Amino acid sequence: MSETHAMPHRRQGASQRRASARRMVDGSRLPISAPARRNKPRLKLLRWIGLTLFGFWVLVALFGPLLAPYPMGAFVADEIYGGMSAAHWLGTDYMGRDMLSRMLTGARYTVGLAVVAALLSTLVGAGFGMLTVLLPRWLEEGVRRIFDTLISIPSKMMALVMVSAFGTSIPLLILAAVLSYAPGAFRISHSLATNLATLEYVQVAKTRGEGRFYIAAVEIMPNMIQSVLTDMGMRFVFIVLLLSGMSFLGLGVQPPAADLGSLVRENIGGLSQGALAVIAPALAIGTLTIGANLLIDSLSKSRDTQKE
Amino acid sequence: MRNAMPKLVLGRLSSSLLTLFLVSLVIFAITSLLPGDTAQQILGQFATPEQVAALREELGLNQSPLVRYWHWLTGFATGDLGMSASNGMPVAQLMNDRLPNSLLLAAITTAISVPIALTMGLVAAMRRGGNIDRALNVVTLSMVAVPEFLVATLAVLIFAVHLGWLPALSYVSTVESVGDFVRIYAMPVLTLCCVLIAQMARMTRAALIDQLDSAYIEMARLKGVPPVRRVLRHALPNAVGPIANAVALSLSYLLGGVIIVETIFNYPGIASLMVDAVSNRDLALVQACAMLFCGAYLILVMVADLCAILSNPRLRNR
Repeated sequence: MSETHAMPHRRQGASQRRASARRMVDGSRLPISAPARRNKPRLKLLRWIGLTLFGFWVLVALFGPLLAPYPMGAFVADEIYGGMSAAHWLGTDYMGRDMLSRMLTGARYTVGLAVVAALLSTLVGAGFGMLTVLLPRWLEEGVRRIFDTLISIPSKMMALVMVSAFGTSIPLLILAAVLSYAPGAFRISHSLATNLATLEYVQVAKTRGEGRFYIAAVEIMPNMIQSVLTDMGMRFVFIVLLLSGMSFLGLGVQPPAADLGSLVRENIGGLSQGALAVIAPALAIGTLTIGANLLIDSLSKSRDTQKE
Repeated sequence: MRNAMPKLVLGRLSSSLLTLFLVSLVIFAITSLLPGDTAQQILGQFATPEQVAALREELGLNQSPLVRYWHWLTGFATGDLGMSASNGMPVAQLMNDRLPNSLLLAAITTAISVPIALTMGLVAAMRRGGNIDRALNVVTLSMVAVPEFLVATLAVLIFAVHLGWLPALSYVSTVESVGDFVRIYAMPVLTLCCVLIAQMARMTRAALIDQLDSAYIEMARLKGVPPVRRVLRHALPNAVGPIANAVALSLSYLLGGVIIVETIFNYPGIASLMVDAVSNRDLALVQACAMLFCGAYLILVMVADLCAILSNPRLRNR
């Protein structure tokens, strides 16, 4: 049973990718000129690098605040923009607070918010993507039009417009990210589901008189879950970049709370002295997103380099 | 067959216009569904009720949302975008002052990044699976995920702090020589180029490899056509459309990228104007800037679509 499910998925996946001009793929059916053997160890290496970086930041987000040597808001040093020392491993910030403690706490905001927003985007996008295939035609078109409109608003624009109207808050930032990134998830899962819905076993289930939710959950979902999860990983990276960008502009997470983007912003004054307080959080975000990107790319060769 | 083309272009154009119209509805809805009152916000908490009422009248806030939306929309046609709430100047004038700066930044970035990205994509595709390709793959894959402010802070750290070649902040007003020009634009352009080149090179490589995998290239290979000729004479002409599509789509990254870059380098462009407007909750200015960015984005996506369609005879005649 599981084999018959997996097979069509793979074939559908390939034709799907070819059909859409925007999704760039480098998978080939022809043998490539260099021996495939030579590529293998390198790919594995990238996967391990990605997994290590990404896993590290997930662990920091989970346990970091417990390990922080000082409270996040405590003024612990006289020196501002202090360098590395035994007492302050990552130096001190513009107000003499311990950078390590602030980053351990900030990482939880950056990773946590992005995970929540990515989960919600995929849930909304993929949920609608699957269900609309089974809905009447006019309703499907209506939902598609709405998502097509939302996808035409760049994510930073959406976030800026929403913040200008409602002021910034954590639920609003998550909402802005979901409104920006659910349409993409919808588009991909909708086209996957459209192809799956034409297959015999779905037709059989329909003829059998199964309900829409049963068909979506039992017949369609298992065959597209892998692509949907990969897509969610990409969305996680985009959302980290969006939210830390907003925080960097001063329009994201507000003090006293701080994510890694806010940490870059508040210490930007130390840049001209090359302060560790501004480099460290910026590098932290970079290693998180690079790690996640390497991991996702090596897990699936169908990658979407589009960045909106 | 020839007559199909203008029709197709017109079709795409009208569909983009429809999307832009829907986008304007969304933007207006978000910015007008305020729980608070714009007039109250402009005047602050200590305004008297009379002042608020007068300003409400002046701003036309007593009219129904539909009427206000109509006025706002027709304002775009006549160039009357309303008044900026934070500094009392017409929105159109504020934007006019800033727009050329942003366009210049975008133009320089494009002029530098496109040739580099195309070369990188071409080389990677030709040396597919080789060391160069693998190295470029790792580099570009990492670069597309890097936040702009990391590139910017590292660039400032290296070129301004350690080497002292460049100033950390840009001020366009002080351009007097070519040297000034380079010093001001070097770092903003470098920052934008990093991510843009990586993305464009990846998409170019993918577009070209798509062609290299097709049957006619295998045929050429079997006939003994040398690799360079195979790529440049056989594959490249057919990949022009997909590559143009990739370039246009990549350029849409600039719309998000400039927001961070203009802010970090204090560059007086339209994106930093918008960020200030958002901080000041200057809604008329935010709306106009958002429409400008969304319009530019839609144009780029439309150009990308048209490039893909016009270069593909099968799509063209559909």
